[in-house]
Amino acid sequence: MRLAIDRITWVWLFLVAATLVSFESTILGGESIARALVIIIAFAKVLAVGREFMELRHAPLVLLWLFQAWVVIVCIALLVLLW
Amino acid sequence: MTTSDDRPRQSAGQRHLPGEEGVWVFIGGDLLVFAVFFVTFAIARMNNLDLFETSQATLDRGLGLLNTLFLLTSSWFVARAVSMVRKDLPGGRLYVLGAIMLGLGFVVVKAFEYGAKISAGITLNTNEFFIYYFMFTAIHLLHVLIGLGVLIFTASRFQSDGRMKGGTALIEGSGAFWHLVDLLWIVLFALFYLI
Repeated sequence: MRLAIDRITWVWLFLVAATLVSFESTILGGESIARALVIIIAFAKVLAVGREFMELRHAPLVLLWLFQAWVVIVCIALLVLLW
Repeated sequence: MTTSDDRPRQSAGQRHLPGEEGVWVFIGGDLLVFAVFFVTFAIARMNNLDLFETSQATLDRGLGLLNTLFLLTSSWFVARAVSMVRKDLPGGRLYVLGAIMLGLGFVVVKAFEYGAKISAGITLNTNEFFIYYFMFTAIHLLHVLIGLGVLIFTASRFQSDGRMKGGTALIEGSGAFWHLVDLLWIVLFALFYLI
């Protein structure tokens, strides 16, 4: 295995870092701000898993955009309901 | 950082659907169902905020974090296995087995978590929050178990030299399903444990 960090590993590092930040959500600000940021971070992670690990960024565009629309719509719906 | 090695084989400009079409129909259906679950949970929480906040505080956030790290890392193993099969390198099976071990770790932690709740007298009947908690996490756990079955089958399809013949559709499709399991847990973890 080569030593240089490849794209898959960068994505994993981002996912782990984002998870740790949202776990310590008090560093993100007051309660309602932190809650909103936890939701936004979760969907940023979802986007990364879909685009990178599931390789939707190389998939037919209709599939990529259906997925990205799902991410945005569900994220906004949860922000409105939970914030 | 390199990208070209991990890309699916394709001619310039051509886009590639990983795995078989049927896998994506299933993934799409699952995403819709879970979108309804997430929104239903959020509405219920909004209508009964005190109960949900008190109940959520009893969940073990550390175990939720551990399980999140298990699934994220298992996804890395699966993505690595896909990349190795594409390059026709031996060793892809080891990465699939690594993902299976981490998936089993998730199941053990979840079983421990359920056990701790049940022995503390907390069940599906305790209150509205725990109906959602047990139902949604159990449906997700079922996905984990199906995903593990698929990964075990995939691991069995490698040749003795550690390579996989017969194309990349199997490893891509089972990988895509496993990443879906990871993706759904990311949202469940945020909704149940973090907010």
